[in-house]
Amino acid sequence: MNIQIKSGALQQVLALASLVVLVLFFTFSSSNFFQFSNIVGILLSTAVIGVLALGSTFVIITGGIDLSVGTVMTLSGVMTGVCITFWGLPVPVGILGGILTGALCGLLSGTAVSKMKIPPFIATLAMMMIAKGLALIISGAKPVYFNDAESFAEVSQGSVLGWLVPGLDIPNAVVIFFIAAILGYLILSKTIIGRYNFALGSNEEATRLSGVNVGFWKIVIYTLTGAFTGLAGVMMASRLNSANPALGAGYELEAIAAVVIGGTSLSGGKGTIIGTVIGALIMSVLTNGLRILSVPQEWQTVVVGFVIILAVYADILRRRKA
Amino acid sequence: MSEWLIQMEGIMKEFPGVLALNDCRFDLRAGEVHALMGENGAGKSTLMKILTGVYQKDAGTIELKGQPVELSNPKAAQDVGISMIHQELNLAPDLTVAQNIFIGREPRRKLRLFLDDRALHRQVKELFERMGLDMDPSIKVSELTVAKQQMVEIAKALSYNADVLVMDEPTAALSETEIEDLFRIIRQLRESGVGIVYISHRMDEIKRITDRITVMRDGQYIDTVSTAEVTTQDIISKMVGRQIYETSKPERTAGERETVLEVIGLNQGRTLKDINLTLKKGEILGIAGLVGAGRTELARAIFGADRIQSGEIRVHGRKVTIKGPHDAVRQGIGYLSEDRKRYGCVVDLDVKSNVAIASYGSFLRPGGWMNTARIREQAEDMVSRLKVKTPHVDQEVKFLSGGNQQKVVIGKWLTRDCDILIFDEPTRGIDVGAKSEIYRLLNDLAAQGKSIIMISSELPEILRMSHRILVMCEGRITGELDHEEASQESIMHLATARML
Repeated sequence: MNIQIKSGALQQVLALASLVVLVLFFTFSSSNFFQFSNIVGILLSTAVIGVLALGSTFVIITGGIDLSVGTVMTLSGVMTGVCITFWGLPVPVGILGGILTGALCGLLSGTAVSKMKIPPFIATLAMMMIAKGLALIISGAKPVYFNDAESFAEVSQGSVLGWLVPGLDIPNAVVIFFIAAILGYLILSKTIIGRYNFALGSNEEATRLSGVNVGFWKIVIYTLTGAFTGLAGVMMASRLNSANPALGAGYELEAIAAVVIGGTSLSGGKGTIIGTVIGALIMSVLTNGLRILSVPQEWQTVVVGFVIILAVYADILRRRKA
Repeated sequence: MSEWLIQMEGIMKEFPGVLALNDCRFDLRAGEVHALMGENGAGKSTLMKILTGVYQKDAGTIELKGQPVELSNPKAAQDVGISMIHQELNLAPDLTVAQNIFIGREPRRKLRLFLDDRALHRQVKELFERMGLDMDPSIKVSELTVAKQQMVEIAKALSYNADVLVMDEPTAALSETEIEDLFRIIRQLRESGVGIVYISHRMDEIKRITDRITVMRDGQYIDTVSTAEVTTQDIISKMVGRQIYETSKPERTAGERETVLEVIGLNQGRTLKDINLTLKKGEILGIAGLVGAGRTELARAIFGADRIQSGEIRVHGRKVTIKGPHDAVRQGIGYLSEDRKRYGCVVDLDVKSNVAIASYGSFLRPGGWMNTARIREQAEDMVSRLKVKTPHVDQEVKFLSGGNQQKVVIGKWLTRDCDILIFDEPTRGIDVGAKSEIYRLLNDLAAQGKSIIMISSELPEILRMSHRILVMCEGRITGELDHEEASQESIMHLATARML
């Protein structure tokens, strides 16, 4: 019936097919690949980058970019540490503090973009530096450990699923990633935020002339990206049982890569949450599989680079045909 | 000095569904200024775009100094000495005057590795001397006034050894003294044997600077006359024609109805000056004027799409502050742009999203979730009420025709319950059948008590639809006509009032 719906579906089928092909390839190449523990390892290594990528998807659909997600994630982890370790607040408050830190950073970036009209690239580049510096200052340039609150490590490392279904020891981080993905999907497709997100990305001026307060909604979207980033920071800190202020830089580029491999257009207006999830999985399957095949780490990075070119080129070819 | 530079004969041009030029002719002597006149859409621009290689003619011949030429692209026209000075200037603001003039042809030193700025400036100086222009070639274009930038454009054209210059509304953005400077240069060029095509609506300028006038109407060649032997009245009647358009005027006048919108003393830089208007309930208020008169700017100013400098807007008698379109929409004002694809709908989204985009707030369930079922219902209701031709409401708007896109935009504002609708060229780019449907819709909306401002460049459309007509010229309202006293002639007089 509708060409566009078909091609949208095709895009996801294409990404999913690439993921399946990759998994099959590594399964046949090495018996170590398709093991429960390895699959769980892949999912676990996807979780943090995945949540970052989910958040980035929103901003990228507006046609913007958020370069600050890597260091804002770090800052959020540090703030969780400040709440729990320095101030001795309960773990849930610490988690909330981390998420709110991310959201606040997003709010500031969004305000700079929409009210001060600073290009997103510049505004979030500045936020990247601000967050990096603040993380170092607040933590005293040392990792913040969570040794006094043992339950905090459980946030990422524990397994509610394993407790419910004995044997299914999937870490919470993976579960949080999938819940975040479902939440992202609902926001993008069922709420006004998502609808304005696509409208803004497709034609900002027409949206403005429809009486939509585009400045306000842009801030909302950057804040949302920030909240997802904050969540990623909490997950990261919990997984390492410490908030390391030196980590995080460079994560933003991996998140953007996952979003792009998932078929979201950097020029805005097009993108899906499912695509981003698949994109993030493709990246970690690749890294994991290549490591199992004993490909040196340097070469893994080179391969991922080529995969990005391939994925985006395939998308461009598909669009040209449509 | 009366050798023919250009002779165009039997020029035909068809665009999908429209015969834009039908058997048109035009000629130009060396050393003359030849005016090309006609209403908006008469075919002046199309004819000149064919002469400058932008469009290709479907039939006819073009001779340059007696030799037939084929002008397959703008470069080809430029190479044989035909250049156009566009209304919107094509200069790189951050480069200097000299760099702009010789862009793409920069003089270089030996080995062609380095630029030769000295040679560049020497050539520009020579050019300026020939034009009698006193300007520093090393200053950046962004620091020049629009008038000076135009001089740079002319210099650039001459630097290609142009002997035919086409000027499209060259004085539109110029002040009185700047116009004098331009005319001095035009006269100097005429002395040196350059032929100039001068497109303008301004009768007084035409009278002062041109030697002959060619009038076009509805894609047809009408007449060529000597400027010295013709009256303004003659020209206007040639432009409008004697043809009586079939019009069915609105049955009722708005009379003493409630005033829904008032604009008092609105100013916006050079584009809008001291605008006052009132709009009554159930009225269609037509706004006529030539291109550049400030009609779209007025619509956008009322809607809050552009900032205004001063002035007051009252809705239902209450003073309102409109900082942006979202404020206007809250006051029940909807704007339908002439450029639907860019400013009207979000073409990548489907029909139902476009219908709902201005009113998502009223389609929410508790917790901020969208009530997709109600959005669908509303969109389907609008589709059947406005007779939008679409297979279903999930169809993306880019697959709809212009007329149906327009209906979707109307549906957007009806969904938002707007009772003041500003239509900017509501039938532009819409085929004849769909046009009459849009007209019927506008009449229905007015009958239901919606108040409509309709901007249109098509005089028959304005005359047929409006209860009252405001005519704008150069950012001012130059007159108000009741639908009974309005005619194409009276509108054209007001539309050129400040230029006569």
